[in-house]
Amino acid sequence: MILEVAGLRKSFGQLEVLKGVDLKVQPRELVFVIGPSGSGKSTLLRCCNRLEEPSAGSIRVEGVDILAPGVDINAVRRRIGMVFQSFNLYPHLDALGNVTLALRKVLKQPRAQAEEAGRQALARVGLAEKARAYPNELSGGQQQRVAIARALALEPAILMFDEPTSALDPELVGSVLNVMRELRESGMTMVVVSHEMRFARSAADRVIFMDQGLILEEGAPDKLFNRPDHPRIREFIASIEH
Amino acid sequence: MERFAETFLNWNVMAQYAPKILEGAWVTIQIAVAVVLAGIASGLALAVLRAFRFRLANLAIVVVVDVLRALPPLVIIILFYFALPTVGIQMSAWVATWLALSLVLMAFSEEIFWAGIVAVPKGQWEAARSTGLSFLQTLRDVVLPQAVRLTIPPLTNRTIAITKNTALGAVVAVGEILYQAQSAYSFSYNPSPLLLGAVAYLILFIPVVYFGRWVETRFAWKR
Repeated sequence: MILEVAGLRKSFGQLEVLKGVDLKVQPRELVFVIGPSGSGKSTLLRCCNRLEEPSAGSIRVEGVDILAPGVDINAVRRRIGMVFQSFNLYPHLDALGNVTLALRKVLKQPRAQAEEAGRQALARVGLAEKARAYPNELSGGQQQRVAIARALALEPAILMFDEPTSALDPELVGSVLNVMRELRESGMTMVVVSHEMRFARSAADRVIFMDQGLILEEGAPDKLFNRPDHPRIREFIASIEH
Repeated sequence: MERFAETFLNWNVMAQYAPKILEGAWVTIQIAVAVVLAGIASGLALAVLRAFRFRLANLAIVVVVDVLRALPPLVIIILFYFALPTVGIQMSAWVATWLALSLVLMAFSEEIFWAGIVAVPKGQWEAARSTGLSFLQTLRDVVLPQAVRLTIPPLTNRTIAITKNTALGAVVAVGEILYQAQSAYSFSYNPSPLLLGAVAYLILFIPVVYFGRWVETRFAWKR
């Protein structure tokens, strides 16, 4: 088991955003998380590397209890790659600098070794020739692929995507989804929060529907998209796919 | 017109006191450089400390910075030089001027650096921390490089404004440009040395202004 979430709760003040979520992710699995906005999808992801501190419950990554006191959270985080909606590339560093920063500072690799690994990661997302380009010189789709390379370079056990295509112009979405599809084919374990239903149908092993801080239903894409148990899910999917 | 020239552009007087003005310029340069180094370094250190968000430390920083920003620099110099000896703390006029101006620059640059740190989007912190960088590594390698770029225009302006205040040292008889020019004026009964002093300030600070502009363009980057 790569990721094991049990009884996860998270409150922001009075507002309880997660109300007891259980989730297990197997190696090489692509788990898709869908649901209306405010259902807690992003918070679930962000709790898994403790960008948000869970209020209750347990989270294990590769068997390590990441909420245990004294856990080396920085060591845990480099096993969990994270890709954000707004890319969050470092504007003062070029693409290679973005990808190699953690290799050099966290893994303490010498510059030459880090740059070699960085160039390989950029090649995997099809941007080998953009190594020296700064984020402002790249399209949104290219920026997001650099962000994926930045996460990949650390050779994480699992990659988490928080609405990776939501900030992109429609014609740029495909390039990012292609990279994600290739990652899946290479056996990367992934959790994806997204509204790209067609991608979910074709690429996901399992789809999870969240609503009001709980997992309402989960199952194979075919089951969840075509024969959900809950009418709420049918409505949601109809509304997304127009 | 001739009278004006006689009074303000008296070459004889100028030639006589030029070495003194030059001597003053050297003192001004020394204090200015020392103020810039100490003021900006300590301001950055305070801003970094503030980024840790220790409640008590931050409260102390805010109070000290606000007081230093509210007090006229001249008042601080006079306090240091004339008032502190009464409680047993002696310092030379040079040190009093340097310390006062350094503290003022520290206060302003702390505010400017802090504003820069806060202006860096939260997503930058999250991206860096999610790759395993520690708080300090994120601050040093991701946030500060961006914050410092944002702060360069206000910081250069403020630095120039405060280093010019080295002229206040004249009040406690630091032998910088203005002091030398004033003494020359009172010895010669001719204000030409003051004009010479003004020219010395221009020669010293115009390059600094241009340097500031160069740094601004050098470190600006497109968003």
